[in-house]
Amino acid sequence: MKNLGIIFRRELVGYFATPLAYIFIVIFLITNGIFTFDIGGFYLRGQADLLPFFSFHPWLYLFMVPAIAMTLWADERKTGTIELLLTLPIKLSEAVLGKFLAAWVLTGIALTLTFPIWLTVNYLGDPDNGVILAAYIGSWFMAGGLLAIGSCMSACTKNSVIAFILTVSICFTFVIMGSPILLNALPAWLPQFIVDAFAALGFLTHFDSISKGVLDIRDFLYFTVFIAAWLLASAIVIEMKKAN
Amino acid sequence: MIEISHLTKKFDQFTAVDDLSFNVAEGEVLGFLGPNGAGKSTTMKVITGFLSPSAGSVTVDGFDITQNSIEAKALIGYLPEGAPSYGDMTTLEFLNFIAEIRGYRGEEIVARVQHVIKEVELESVEQQTIETLSKGFKRRVGLAQAIMHDPKVLILDEPTDGLDPNQKHHVRELIKNLAKDKIVVISTHILEEVTAVCTRAIIIDEGIIVADGTPAELEEKSMYHHAISVRLTQDYDLASDLQGVSGIGGVVKENEENSFTILASNNDSIFSKVSEIAQKKQWPVTEFHVNRGQLEDVFRSVTSQSQGGE
Repeated sequence: MKNLGIIFRRELVGYFATPLAYIFIVIFLITNGIFTFDIGGFYLRGQADLLPFFSFHPWLYLFMVPAIAMTLWADERKTGTIELLLTLPIKLSEAVLGKFLAAWVLTGIALTLTFPIWLTVNYLGDPDNGVILAAYIGSWFMAGGLLAIGSCMSACTKNSVIAFILTVSICFTFVIMGSPILLNALPAWLPQFIVDAFAALGFLTHFDSISKGVLDIRDFLYFTVFIAAWLLASAIVIEMKKAN
Repeated sequence: MIEISHLTKKFDQFTAVDDLSFNVAEGEVLGFLGPNGAGKSTTMKVITGFLSPSAGSVTVDGFDITQNSIEAKALIGYLPEGAPSYGDMTTLEFLNFIAEIRGYRGEEIVARVQHVIKEVELESVEQQTIETLSKGFKRRVGLAQAIMHDPKVLILDEPTDGLDPNQKHHVRELIKNLAKDKIVVISTHILEEVTAVCTRAIIIDEGIIVADGTPAELEEKSMYHHAISVRLTQDYDLASDLQGVSGIGGVVKENEENSFTILASNNDSIFSKVSEIAQKKQWPVTEFHVNRGQLEDVFRSVTSQSQGGE
């Protein structure tokens, strides 16, 4: 795994070598602000917490994260650098993981830069900072889950726009799976355990409990397994589709 | 030593490489020839471990490319077709990255990168991003990364494609200097390159080896081997003078005015015979020389007409 760090660094530096990272961060911060203050009614609620801030994250990530993920492998294949990368003496797992981690750290940086809102809420009131920290970590893990889907979709095609659309579609499915709108729409004759299983697979179910400060190891385990599974799928797809 | 045994690579129904077997030993510079779509690039992609073989095996210095891929890949320097590299990095950043992956650390990286930059003359574009470079420079960046770790095996897919004649000459010199105790495999369309740098040539067509030998041996298979080119000052009926002389395969009139090629019927030299007749009959000769044979002619005769691109 010694090459993991080298690939990770190359990828992360690559994001900041182009305007991509800066644009991502700026747009992320602006939309976060709009969602929290205008739509979320941060001030009107009169409560010292960041619930309106975090509750929009799944929807924000739905478009922002696939934009980062779409180039992960699609571009490598398009420019032919995949041939260069995979004939270097590295393991495929190092390449998959290194690229994923770089993108994940980029979303982490963007998320960290939202700290002024944390300062604001601490200035205005006396929030439970433990809950806020938990929600930050939960939000980052959710971004990781979406990124892992994006990594796999990006490995499926050399066209990054197709990768983007596929990623958004699949991410959307996983985000709404646990939402009441979808659960209520399920036919009533379905046994409860299927409905529960369906809800348990959704992002919202897990993120909601984390963002309310309920730190259940199972929620983190869910995201970790989810990420691992999609990264494994990425590796399999890359291996299978190398030839085209 | 590269050992390729019964290598087959299929894409769905299409067989790109069909039961290919050959070895390449240290010190050999192997020219890998063939029409577009013959399976050259596919073979190289399998040797370098990018594609896995459908059947058969490739070992590099005893390391199987599928079972001990990391060890095998560490021995190989590879320039893929089109010399892909990360366009948004500068030449220096890119080469530093490759040096790190190749296991160099700290000061070694600087020394090694400076060495290859000097070797392929990239000093002037060190700080430029690769996407802004000309085709020739991009190719040289690709070469630089391939020779970074002074690899035992160097596999170059069309290394001189798109270079100007000076650069081509330079790259060939580079390959020749590298080759002493190494294995070099280059694929090319340019046949003169084979004569210039290769010690051995393999021609493949539709995934099968159709010719294998030193460039000189292959030239001997040409119908122009031992043939004599003659240029005259005025039209003259050479054919009638040569009629009945043993060893003469025929006289071909060339496109150029008053130029002829006298073919040898078997692999013997006909020079002395023909020159004797020429003196006796007082041919109005301005040029008279023996052909070594043309690789291009051999290439065309052993490869069937291929349809479509790679």
